[in-house]
Amino acid sequence: MITRFLLQNMDKRGGVFLAILLGLALLVPLSNLLLPASSPFHVPTSTMSLWGKYLCYALLAVSLDLVWGYCGILSLGHGAFFALGGYAMGLYLMRQIGSRGVYGNPILPDFMVFLNWQELPWYWWGFSSFPFAMLMVLAVPGLLAFVFGWFAFRSRVTGVYLSIITQALTYALLLAFFRNDMGFGGNNGLTDFKDILGFNIQAQATRAALFSMTCVMLAAGFLIARGIVVSKLGKVVIAIRDAEPRTRFLGYRVDRFKLFVFTVSACMAGVAGALYVPQVGIINPSEFAPANSIETVIWVAVGGRGSLVGAALGAVVVNWAKTLFTSGFMAPYWLFALGGLFVVVTLFLPKGILGTAEALWARRGKPDNAPAAEPAPAE
Amino acid sequence: MNAPVPGALTSSLLYLDGVSVTFDGFKAIRGLSLTIEPGEMRAIIGPNGAGKTTMMDIITGKTKPDVGTVMFGGSVDLTKLDEAAIANLGIGRKFQKPTVFDSHTIEDNILLALKSKRTVGRTLFWKTEDPQQKRIDDILGIIRLADRRDRLAGLLSHGQKQWLEIGMLLAQDPKLLLVDEPAAGMTDGETAQTAVLLKEIARDHSVIVVEHDMGFIRELGVKVTVLHEGAVLAEGPLDHVSANERVVEVYLGR
Amino acid sequence: MPIFHRLKHALVILVALVAASVASFAQTADEAFTRLAADSYSDTSRAIELLVSTAHPNAALIVEALNDGRLLAGPGGVAVKTAGGGFVDAKTGVALAAAPGDVKPVRLNNAVRRAVQAALGGLGLLNPDPAKRTAAAEAVFKSRDAGLLPIVEAAIGKETNPRALAALRQAQAAILIAKPDTQPLDRFAAIEVLRDRADQDALATLRALPGDATPALKEAQAKAITAIEGRLKLWAAAQNLWYGLSLGSVLLLAAIGLAITFGVMGVINMAHGEMVMLGAYTTFVVQELIRTNAPWLFDWSLAIALPAAFVVAGAVGIAIERGVIRFLYGRPLETLLATWGISLILQQAVRTAFGPTNREVGAPSFMSGAFELGGLAITYNRLWIIVFAGLVFAALLAILKLTPMGLQMRAVTQNRRMASAMGIRTGRIDALTFGLGSGVAGLAGVALSQIDNVSPNLGQSYIIDSFMVVVFGGVGNLWGTLVGAMTLGVANKLLEPYAGAVLGKIALLVCIILFIQKRPRGLFALKGRAVEA
Repeated sequence: MITRFLLQNMDKRGGVFLAILLGLALLVPLSNLLLPASSPFHVPTSTMSLWGKYLCYALLAVSLDLVWGYCGILSLGHGAFFALGGYAMGLYLMRQIGSRGVYGNPILPDFMVFLNWQELPWYWWGFSSFPFAMLMVLAVPGLLAFVFGWFAFRSRVTGVYLSIITQALTYALLLAFFRNDMGFGGNNGLTDFKDILGFNIQAQATRAALFSMTCVMLAAGFLIARGIVVSKLGKVVIAIRDAEPRTRFLGYRVDRFKLFVFTVSACMAGVAGALYVPQVGIINPSEFAPANSIETVIWVAVGGRGSLVGAALGAVVVNWAKTLFTSGFMAPYWLFALGGLFVVVTLFLPKGILGTAEALWARRGKPDNAPAAEPAPAE
Repeated sequence: MNAPVPGALTSSLLYLDGVSVTFDGFKAIRGLSLTIEPGEMRAIIGPNGAGKTTMMDIITGKTKPDVGTVMFGGSVDLTKLDEAAIANLGIGRKFQKPTVFDSHTIEDNILLALKSKRTVGRTLFWKTEDPQQKRIDDILGIIRLADRRDRLAGLLSHGQKQWLEIGMLLAQDPKLLLVDEPAAGMTDGETAQTAVLLKEIARDHSVIVVEHDMGFIRELGVKVTVLHEGAVLAEGPLDHVSANERVVEVYLGR
Repeated sequence: MPIFHRLKHALVILVALVAASVASFAQTADEAFTRLAADSYSDTSRAIELLVSTAHPNAALIVEALNDGRLLAGPGGVAVKTAGGGFVDAKTGVALAAAPGDVKPVRLNNAVRRAVQAALGGLGLLNPDPAKRTAAAEAVFKSRDAGLLPIVEAAIGKETNPRALAALRQAQAAILIAKPDTQPLDRFAAIEVLRDRADQDALATLRALPGDATPALKEAQAKAITAIEGRLKLWAAAQNLWYGLSLGSVLLLAAIGLAITFGVMGVINMAHGEMVMLGAYTTFVVQELIRTNAPWLFDWSLAIALPAAFVVAGAVGIAIERGVIRFLYGRPLETLLATWGISLILQQAVRTAFGPTNREVGAPSFMSGAFELGGLAITYNRLWIIVFAGLVFAALLAILKLTPMGLQMRAVTQNRRMASAMGIRTGRIDALTFGLGSGVAGLAGVALSQIDNVSPNLGQSYIIDSFMVVVFGGVGNLWGTLVGAMTLGVANKLLEPYAGAVLGKIALLVCIILFIQKRPRGLFALKGRAVEA
């Protein structure tokens, strides 16, 4: 049943996307590990890690598209779920350091020794176990989304109001995680990781494996999200996006459907964060900054809201452009470009690059007047 | 006037008694009482602001009355339920402005309305079984959209959207249908066909029709309730009601 | 004060005066000069005491000179080197042609310095300026130097200025409380005086009551302490309330423009904070121009900046509305994203033009300083900002309610098509309304430049709070915004002492999140069919 759920109505675009992801998962690590650095097909480790980071963002974008593109919930707090997943992974990685920290304390991380803490806070318990940490990667963002959504959707907070309180949520978490006495490293966050599952986190092979894992998880996230949106539940969710009161009068409990999608999406964002942290080597409170969450929204908008492949594509394109921009003499102008992107996409590309390209393609395909204002296709 | 007769509560499908609702000091409904019997079709008329839409809002749970009783099937208190629960009890509603799901195909619109368990789990792992597919096909036939089932609903004409919405009501298979101005914006031919469609539906459903179009109501040939300023002004066959002096006064402002 | 106390005080003064003037004056004064000449620390200290207690006419001159290292003493006599470089005989005050032979500066150690400070305090009690006398009495109050009691009591006898008199009485009470051999009756009176003073210093002084005091005294002390602590708490609460109102007015200024663009027009402008920032930078530019061209205008710089900031921010606002927002009406989420993009561009533009660091905006003289009102410390800049916020609020209310433009604005918001059919140029009204909201944000920027860092990120720190205010107060209602801003400001400051600044803010955010879920349309919301449509 699961396979049927995941693969039902697979279209060409989704298939290509999956094939590319699986190809990347195999070929990039192989080229990195096996080919000599002089080969033109060799992928340097730094490039691989960079693209690993992009793919984590792509997974975050897919999760956001699930709620925004399909359910109409514009979450300006998805960065919070991403960061919480990242912190859960960070906690695990911190516990793996053991006595190799600067202060050599076998239990306490360096920053706790520095703050004169005597014992590990209770919420750090269990994070030395990888399975437990992975459970928390899903559970912590999921639980937060569930509780928050339960309150918000039941009382029918919608539209801009919802966006603003999701922003307030991540802002509150930002303030909270900046505090030293929260026990998550305060301003500096968690860093100086050594091992993951016993493998050196800096080693080339580990990095290659993390990259593959990211591709696989993005593929999995895409399949799950796609399975949801093409199911009847997906149709209900789109119906909620387009005409919420009507859906309610048909007898659907709108709040529960929203809650389901929102929670699933938050778990997905958490996984993206968990994959992100070992590849960039640090997690700190700035990941909670409201600006980050809004940037995620623009990735989705650029790629094409309401298209999962588009969201992933948008995340990669925008971040690739960002790297390009900020590493050269143009660096001071990146914010102009990003700001301009927000304006241009909302004004001129409401369906994002993928949707626009598709519309152009369709017009070329059948020259007879195809309906101009075709609503966003449901994949 | 028009107080429900004793015993009406248990036998009737819908029972409203002494319902009032106020919006910021404006009494939209004042002491409204109304009963609908099982299998009955009732037309509701009244000038703008008479409280027709607000009455529908109250029955479907969108608005909560300040005072009064709203009972369904003799035992269920509708004032305590929300929209989804009321819809699942078997009360369907068609809005004045046709609201269909524009980015879904016509078939999917019917599928979404089709009577079934509306839980998250059921919909996530939904598979349309043969009898259900047959029912969808039947409805598409009734509303004459079978050959356009894969088109997006957003591309339909106004009249077609009205029919699609009626089709969605049929798919819901409710015990009571609330239909708000089904003939609005239709051509005469479409209006006549709509009347036929509604009469067909009324054979095995209770229906409340809110309408302005007197010709349409005459065509339906059912009992009429006249609302004015949030209360019942007159009730009875159309000819009887339109002979009522106060009704004439209200409508023509004499 | 009971009559016999007065009598006793009079007696003490009398005795002191008589003693000083008739019998021992010459002798003790001479002793003081001999001791100064001896140049030992303990002798010097004793000499100072003697000079003060005898109220020697030159005491102030001598002690000040000692403090500055200008007192010369030795077998040749005692002389003061004046600031002008001349010399004066310390005993007689007669000018000397040259320094006496065989003298050297009197040395000081910490003990001597303390004695000098205490003495200066005591001597200040005789200063002709009442403000200086009050300050001196305050210094004595803090030092509780028993040696100064006679001079304090002498000063009380002569004092005519009520403020100085009160300060002197308190100084006397402080000394009496701490002095080991004070009579219980005097102490009761002293406790009473201190209880009426009722501040932190009075508390500290009360606690200086020696441990061997009688139980009745201790009870009186405890009662006085509780009374003072009660009053202090009240004042602290009032102070917090004041801070809260001040923060509330800042929030009101930041949010009220938003209440127009978001509340009245339904446009969600994420670049609103940047309008505030532009206002602050306009203030900076205006001040720079004034500094370089017309420094004498500096005190008027804010008054000049106000219209300038309104125009700059308003013009940018109109440009944004005409250039971007008008294409996005009815699509609030897209508007949110586009205006966020604009906010990034504006921030970066300002960063490029003015640099990423904080810019210094000066305060005109009427904005600086503070005064005390009872137990409240009130700074002028906060006070003016509260006044200013009130004025802006009133002006906006008047514009919306009383002017034709306000009427058209309300008409357009309520029914765009109808307004258009009646000949209102809706596009123009949209632009003007948005310009008004943005211009008001610019005004807020002028005010905020006085209390916050003027940096490109200035707006960012206010945007979430502003939205919270508008949403909490209820959209489309200026009064709601006022109540919302003040409630949030006061709640924030009242929570701070218990939860700390950051936790208090988090708690408040959580409260608002919960509140919005309870009342999604804010405190002052319309209800009914029309709202949902």
